[in-house]
Amino acid sequence: MTTVQSAPLPPKSAGAYAKDHSPRSNGRRTAMLIVVLLSPAIALYALFVFAPLVQAARFSLFKWNGLGPLEDFVGLENYANVWADPFFHTALLNNLAVIAVSLAIQLPFALWIATLLTGSFRGRAILRVAFFLPYILAEVVAAVLWSFMLSPNGLINEALRSVGLDTVAHPWLADPNTVMYAILWVVTWKYFGFYTILFMTALQNVPQEHLEAARIDGASRAQVFWYVTLPAIGPTVRISAFLAIIGSLQLFDLVWVMTEGGPVGASSTMVTYMVSKGLRTYQFGFASATAVTVAMMSFLFAVVYQRWVLARDNQVDVKEGKRTHVAH
Amino acid sequence: MSRTRPRSAPPKGLRLVVLVPLAFVTIVPLLFAVLGSLRTSGQISADPLGLPNPIVWDNYAAVLGGDVFWRPLVNSAVVGALTVVLTLISGTLATFALSRFKFRGRESVYGFFTLGLLFPAAVAILPLYLMLRQLHMLNTPLGVALPQAAFALPVTIVILRPFFQSVPKELEEAAAMDGGGPMRFFLQILLPMSVPVLITVSILALVTSWNGYLLPLLILTEPSTWTLPLGLSQFNGSYTFDTARVLAYTVLAMLPTVIAYGFAERYIVQGLTAGAVKG
Repeated sequence: MTTVQSAPLPPKSAGAYAKDHSPRSNGRRTAMLIVVLLSPAIALYALFVFAPLVQAARFSLFKWNGLGPLEDFVGLENYANVWADPFFHTALLNNLAVIAVSLAIQLPFALWIATLLTGSFRGRAILRVAFFLPYILAEVVAAVLWSFMLSPNGLINEALRSVGLDTVAHPWLADPNTVMYAILWVVTWKYFGFYTILFMTALQNVPQEHLEAARIDGASRAQVFWYVTLPAIGPTVRISAFLAIIGSLQLFDLVWVMTEGGPVGASSTMVTYMVSKGLRTYQFGFASATAVTVAMMSFLFAVVYQRWVLARDNQVDVKEGKRTHVAH
Repeated sequence: MSRTRPRSAPPKGLRLVVLVPLAFVTIVPLLFAVLGSLRTSGQISADPLGLPNPIVWDNYAAVLGGDVFWRPLVNSAVVGALTVVLTLISGTLATFALSRFKFRGRESVYGFFTLGLLFPAAVAILPLYLMLRQLHMLNTPLGVALPQAAFALPVTIVILRPFFQSVPKELEEAAAMDGGGPMRFFLQILLPMSVPVLITVSILALVTSWNGYLLPLLILTEPSTWTLPLGLSQFNGSYTFDTARVLAYTVLAMLPTVIAYGFAERYIVQGLTAGAVKG
């Protein structure tokens, strides 16, 4: 908060206007203008992003059902309870499973599709539309569709039966042993198109001469990919991994609509856990402790990742590379 | 061979053999929804793989007949429009200050905003709910739009800033020479020049709002205020056994998105992938 208040101070060496081309407007007027320009955004952000985060941290230290005053201070007990709960362990492991599948299957698969989609050939545009389509649909739409697809008499099971695989047919979402596989499948289906597009853009920016030079030097297709293409798209790969991990930690909508984290918590994620174990039972302190735990994980991961992995991209990248491949 | 035609892409025929089936598998759930919505629930459970024969329009008639679809559609549009307007106004003004002026603490303010990229809205959901309750904004479009705009601000500013910075100083000086103040430059030169990137950030905010679920789920408890995702999940819950009807609702719920995608594919892809700047 202190940054907010102290930030828009009068310009020392004056802004462009004050000095260069509006001699009559003095520094104070420019300072006023800056304050006016910034205040709607700062008010909005401070009130609806920053304050709730601080509040969540405060609530997490109390035992509180949301009705009475906030007075039953319990220190870190809520955190201890969260971390001691086997259901939270399941949720955390499920988040980790989503991360693992995102990194080991979804991203390589998206990259593979992207390489197949490079160049120009007939039908490319329509294929790209098809792969990106799941990403633009609402999570709720995707979840409802897949609940039908995966239901005991749904399309998946009927398709399996129609080719004689009756023994494989299964109530995928109702069985604790299979529900996570179903969720992982849907998550991959929903999001791989996004990474495909990111990779396609990156692949287009790989200098053609480098590829040709490597080929002329006799490198095999695999070698060209490994030694030329992959390093060239490195920044995009690293950003994608970052987004996939952060997104996986916050997974909620898809799971909630399909299973609400069930059966018996088998498909819960940390956020569905927070809603079902905390908010629904009015254990607001406990729910807040879960929320803060998720936030801290995201934050720590982001800091470490920025420091150790993205740091080498940021020098060049923040200025040009990232922007050219992302925003255009 | 590779000497004469150095190319990194695999042969064309082969990749179509791989890509076409994959694309088909990707859109199977959508085909299933469209085909199923044109049959009866009885037909679907008897034979999920069948085609509509003859085409049944009753499901659409039932969904479109009452308020159950139209009202959430209107609510979603109102919430989405409010979110975009709030994001654009506050985002462009703040980015103007953060990109065309020099002042002490500028980078701290920018850093303060980018910090928001790291925190999921889910973390703030409970305090937000309690605050909006106190402000009597539960069950109002603004109660959803304000937090959504606030959470859209960081990525908006991060995308807009380099664009605003790249506008040549000469234009600013020319505007000042003509006797225009900074706001003239902002409104008559900077904003019109930024239309493409403004479309990008608007789409990002709009799609996020249109698809949003967790926040509306907590803020909008009154059925008449539900947005489309809430309407759909609720409809799905109450007509569990009428598959065809739920599929009709699902198809209608995704129609606006698909139509918009058809008309503005390039912008939508650009808008949504611009969020990757989040790193």
